[in-house]
Amino acid sequence: MKYLNTFGEYLLFLKLSIGRPEKFKMFRELFVRDLYKMGNDSFGIVSIISIFIGAVAAIQIGYQLVGSLVPMYVLGRIVRDSNILEFSPTVTALVMAGKIGGNIASEIGTMKVSEQIDALEIMGVNSAKHVVLPKLAASVIAIPALVIYSMFLSNLGGIISVNFSGIVSVSGYIQGLLMDFDGFSITYALTKAFTFSFLITTISAVHGYKTEGGALEVGWASTRAVVQSCIAIIFFDFILTQIMLYK
Amino acid sequence: MIELKNINKSFDGKQVLFDVSAQFEKGKCSFVIGASGGGKSVLMKTMVGLLVPESGNINFDGRDFLNIAYEEKKIIRQEIGMLFQGGALFDSLSVEDNIAFPMRMFTNWSKDEVIERVNFCLKRVNLENVNQLFPSNISGGMKKRVGIARAIALNPKYLFCDEPNSGLDPITSRLIDELIAEITQEFNITTVINSHDMKSVFDMSDQVTFVYKGKAWWEGDKSQIRTSDCKELVDFIKASEF
Ligand SMILES: Nc1ncnc2c1ncn2[C@@H]1O[C@H](COP(=O)(O)OP(=O)(O)OP(=O)(O)O)[C@@H](O)[C@H]1O
Ligand SMILES: [Mg+2]
Repeated sequence: MKYLNTFGEYLLFLKLSIGRPEKFKMFRELFVRDLYKMGNDSFGIVSIISIFIGAVAAIQIGYQLVGSLVPMYVLGRIVRDSNILEFSPTVTALVMAGKIGGNIASEIGTMKVSEQIDALEIMGVNSAKHVVLPKLAASVIAIPALVIYSMFLSNLGGIISVNFSGIVSVSGYIQGLLMDFDGFSITYALTKAFTFSFLITTISAVHGYKTEGGALEVGWASTRAVVQSCIAIIFFDFILTQIMLYK
Repeated sequence: MIELKNINKSFDGKQVLFDVSAQFEKGKCSFVIGASGGGKSVLMKTMVGLLVPESGNINFDGRDFLNIAYEEKKIIRQEIGMLFQGGALFDSLSVEDNIAFPMRMFTNWSKDEVIERVNFCLKRVNLENVNQLFPSNISGGMKKRVGIARAIALNPKYLFCDEPNSGLDPITSRLIDELIAEITQEFNITTVINSHDMKSVFDMSDQVTFVYKGKAWWEGDKSQIRTSDCKELVDFIKASEF
């Protein structure tokens, strides 16, 4: 019953916050600010994580292939697909849940407890829409863009680690990397990325918006936002994979 | 004029406001006084629609404010200015942008017109050359003044102030009091002020509502306070005498 209630609250919040911006100029200003902040802040961490995940994936999968009947040059292909299908979208989203999600919840939570949200309402502004819409628009652009960037870097990481470990020749690896590429894997990955960005932003925004009390509660809201975003990501990862890969 | 009729409000079964009725008139500074925890802030938040009462009526110049859709509420709210206890300035915006915010949101004024109005409002609250500062870099008294400047940016018909001078030194307090009284008369605003500063009440109130334990306990003007035989009010005044 409690969960149903929470879910109902979430849907009502979505209804309130999604729609045409009340003042487009204002929306655009906030959108540009949020987009810049999200992209710029997350660039470094996504780079590091992507390179290392690609590198580790190449070594681990290579390790499992050694001595099997599968020809070694297939390694590049398997690593590529793992990166594109799973690691880049899901891991990037999980990291973004921590960074962007935590950020959104604490920013909105602070506005709530310091009565800035009330101040917006009093002026006659739909505060939910005013605050959430630019962030939502920014995140559904920033996060998928970061995912695409992560796809390149994780495969670069694979090449680098193959080069150092010598499991297979770099040229052989790259040959596998370019083999049987199916564009649908990108569609699938980006569908996940869009879904995850939506979940991260809206779940975190709801937690920020529901904050009552002071700085301590803002911290809790931020933690709850990150935890629930992560759970939602993993859950929808499973659902989308079922729907899209086993048609 | 704002009219409240039989407002009841409770939180999780704990009743805070009991059948509160009151009227606040145009061009006058109406004070709501009473002990801490008596329900002044809850009453003000109910009046502006941030809290929804279980029963009762709220009217702004004859317009029902309770049983209307959110979009209609927004229209009345654009005529409301409110000064929050802590200022409630947007901390991501500079002083100038804070005051300009309602103008950018609700008018199509040009950049120059907006800046001109911002500077006018700042001058009105005795501030100058603070346009580019951020709320975290100005003092509590300045925050309140910027809060007033933002509240009057679009010439509100109704002005609500929750403890406009709590936490301020006596000189700044008087300055803010005078400011509120002046703009109330100048622009014929319906002004409601929550306070427990009796000096403000005796200086500038046109009408006083004494809230006691969630009830509108006594009503009158400042000349009647001293001679009142309402025990709770007399106790309250005595306690705050200096
Ligand atoms: N959101 C809320 N949830 C539950 N109880 C609340 C809430 N807001 C206020 N109350 C309760 O309502 C009562 C009245 O509080 P209110 O803030 O209106 O007092 P006040 O008269 O403004 O006091 P002060 O002069 O200290 O500002 C208090 O007992 C408070 O605990
Ligand atoms: Mg109060």
